[in-house]
Amino acid sequence: MGVSILPIAIFTVFWGVVGIVCPFFAPKGPNRGIIQVVLMLTASTCWLFWLCAYMAQMNPLIGPRLSNETLIWISRTWGNPISD
Amino acid sequence: MFRSEEMVLCQLFVQPEAAYVSMYELGEAGIAQFRDLNPHVNDFQRRYVTEVRRCSEMERKLRYVTGELPEPPPPPKPSPRVLTPREINILEERIDYIESEIQEITKNAQNLKTDYLALIELKILIEKTQTFFQDHSAHRKISASVQIYNNEGAIGHLGFIAGVVATPRVPSFERMLWRISHGNIFFKQAQIEEPLKDPVTGHELQKTVFVVFFHGEQIKLRVKKVCHGFQATPYPCPATYKEQQEMLAGIETRIKDLEMVLEQTENHRRLVLTNIARDISTWMVVVRKEKAIYHTLNMFSMDIVKKCLIAECWVPRQDLHILQTALDNGVKASGSPIPSFLHYVPTRETPPTFNRTNKFTQGFQTLIDSYGIASYREVNPALYTIITFPFLFAVMFGDMGHGIIMTAFAAILVIFEKKFSKNKTDNEIWNIFFGGRYIILLMGIFSIYTGLIYNDMFSKSLNIFGSSWRNVYDLHTLNSTSNFDLDPKVAYTGTPYPMGLDPAWQFAGNNIIFLNSFKMKLSIIFGVLHMAFGVTLSVVNFNFFRRPEMILLQYIPQVLFLLLLFWYLCILMFMKWVMYSANATDSALGTSCAPSVLIIFINMMLLKGSNIKEPCKAYMYDGQETIQNFFLAIAFLCIPVMLFGKPVYQLMVARKNKRYQQGVESGEAAEEGHGDGFGELMIVQGIHTIEYVLGCVSHTASYLRLWALSLAHAQLSAVLWQRLLKMGLGAGSYTNAIVLYVIFAVWAFFTLAILVLMEGLSAFLHTLRLHWVEFMSKFYDGQGYAFFPFSFSAILENDDEDVKDKPNPNGGPPE
Repeated sequence: MGVSILPIAIFTVFWGVVGIVCPFFAPKGPNRGIIQVVLMLTASTCWLFWLCAYMAQMNPLIGPRLSNETLIWISRTWGNPISD
Repeated sequence: MFRSEEMVLCQLFVQPEAAYVSMYELGEAGIAQFRDLNPHVNDFQRRYVTEVRRCSEMERKLRYVTGELPEPPPPPKPSPRVLTPREINILEERIDYIESEIQEITKNAQNLKTDYLALIELKILIEKTQTFFQDHSAHRKISASVQIYNNEGAIGHLGFIAGVVATPRVPSFERMLWRISHGNIFFKQAQIEEPLKDPVTGHELQKTVFVVFFHGEQIKLRVKKVCHGFQATPYPCPATYKEQQEMLAGIETRIKDLEMVLEQTENHRRLVLTNIARDISTWMVVVRKEKAIYHTLNMFSMDIVKKCLIAECWVPRQDLHILQTALDNGVKASGSPIPSFLHYVPTRETPPTFNRTNKFTQGFQTLIDSYGIASYREVNPALYTIITFPFLFAVMFGDMGHGIIMTAFAAILVIFEKKFSKNKTDNEIWNIFFGGRYIILLMGIFSIYTGLIYNDMFSKSLNIFGSSWRNVYDLHTLNSTSNFDLDPKVAYTGTPYPMGLDPAWQFAGNNIIFLNSFKMKLSIIFGVLHMAFGVTLSVVNFNFFRRPEMILLQYIPQVLFLLLLFWYLCILMFMKWVMYSANATDSALGTSCAPSVLIIFINMMLLKGSNIKEPCKAYMYDGQETIQNFFLAIAFLCIPVMLFGKPVYQLMVARKNKRYQQGVESGEAAEEGHGDGFGELMIVQGIHTIEYVLGCVSHTASYLRLWALSLAHAQLSAVLWQRLLKMGLGAGSYTNAIVLYVIFAVWAFFTLAILVLMEGLSAFLHTLRLHWVEFMSKFYDGQGYAFFPFSFSAILENDDEDVKDKPNPNGGPPE
């Protein structure tokens, strides 16, 4: 499995705080329920969206088709110089 | 906002003296919807018809005065307290006086202007005809014949009539004169160069001076009649030069005097209007409020015996104390010894649906209400729409750059909303955008987030964390071939890009293949979750309305059907993402053996096996066939439960009631009606079941529009960049700078017009459809009616539009 724990942990904890912890601190008033629902829905949808994007790329079954110029350029600028 | 508020039906007993003040306070609070207790009474026979008529008159006068003001009046100051009827009488007299004064001034000014115009025309006439008579003095024969007895020529001599006529009429005027005189007249004309102002209409008219020479009484009469018909004004014009000069001098002095008088009149008028302009808006508001109060009072019924007014109104339970305070204040203000009181009326009628909203939630509530007002106290989908609507929009819109534009636009609307809400404009498009500013703001913010995940900013990607794809070819290989499909086994670093799509994909030629797979799965996952959420909301309704049996008979089979089939599909998707990889040791889990989840699902539904060659396996995990058949069986067993559950239950309940009833009394249960009821119930339940089952399939596929629109948006964005903006980027010469300047303008225009506006509108509409049809059809009833309280703010806002449509109850001219 091509998984790195760090991004998963960061994003899950981040959206977890937004969606599970923050609702407890919603200001008391007529809109408390609305704010709680908004926080929970935002956290769950955004986290799931990120998760799908992450999981779709964990084990890629095909790779990008790049032209040779692009490959030369990315190897030079993205820090992977060509040997030979 | 979870569900609509609880409403109570109240009966108010109010003393007529106290009624006015109480209604004023209720109008300010806007909490009660009054029912018309006199529906069969003609508008003219209602109790307060004279007062309403009086208010309409005052409103008409105020509107007339407002029309006379040179510029729009300043906005009204908030009125601190309610006016007593005596103060209103004083106000009415004052408005009456002002209106008559202004009318008088205007009439005087008009008269003065008419006189002024006549004098000016006469002066020009004399100046121009001097040339005619000078010409004629050369012809002695004619000059000797001209007599000056008030333009009456003696027999045998030439007479003349001089006057002024509108220029467009001159040709036909001349033709007519020629015809009636059989050619025996002499017509001379000269056009006045600058146009003259008509005093009544204010329009500028071109006029022509004419002189008609004729011979004889008969022709003179005919000429006079023709002049009258063509609205040509004849003027007394002396023939001799000396008399003309005398007349001119007299006219000049008169003109000067008139100009002075006109100016003074104008100043006086302006002064009067300025004094009024300050207060007129406040008065208008007061009059409108009073009219609204009397309209509402007309809905009360008068109890002759107890000598008090009775009213019925719907009030939210939370606001009952405001109602009580309003009644008490009314009693206090009128000094009446008899108190007003209210009491609750328990009723079986369906109350109106009222959702208390603030400026943020109002937009979302409006979106839901446009589909149908929620039934009384059913669960309100608008609460969840606050987030799901912008989120699903953003999945379709998904571009960081366009999201930033949208957020900036909405932020401006929101930050300056106080200023914008003051200008009342008729521009529909602006009102729609301004009313939905919070929706647009959220849509923009979520679009920035999804744009970040799709890694799409004006069709370019950001590389924040470093790509996971590497170049593995040496220089020689790179020089020989032009395109390379990177193999995930060697070119992939092993861990995915931490946030969103890898930036390497934006250069890829097979970009779409990867994105299609990803976005389609994404759409189905979110679609099934959204629908499951919708079905689960029906439990909330069953719980509240105390029908727990429906949870078992309707909710459980529905949710089982949906989840066992379609959430299983989603689980297969997650499994495929995890299990199959390029580096798998087991070749059955390698890239060439990765199965199509859709084909597996179709085979599951059709109970078909699949022929797969070694080394690939037919199924993804052990026991898959058994589990799938099991799920399929349970899902299909759910269908008859959905179909027969509710009707059979109602049949059993009815039978139990009948037995109970027959035990109590030998009443007849309507057997035939009972049977019919069951048939109808079955039909309705059959329709619902078919709708749900087929809907599950079609709505799940319908969520694929999330993929389709997102693809279209990305492609349009890429086309605009590749085919348009790229033409301006390139060599750094100076001419290129100018070319880039122009091309950027074109690119920006198309980005805004097509991508932000058109695509934004399109995605908005699709999201709205997803909510209304796919989400709300799972639980929403929507048979309620809206709560329209008696509120001054609502009336004052709508007054300008309704004034033309509403039939006038007073029988006067439409206002």
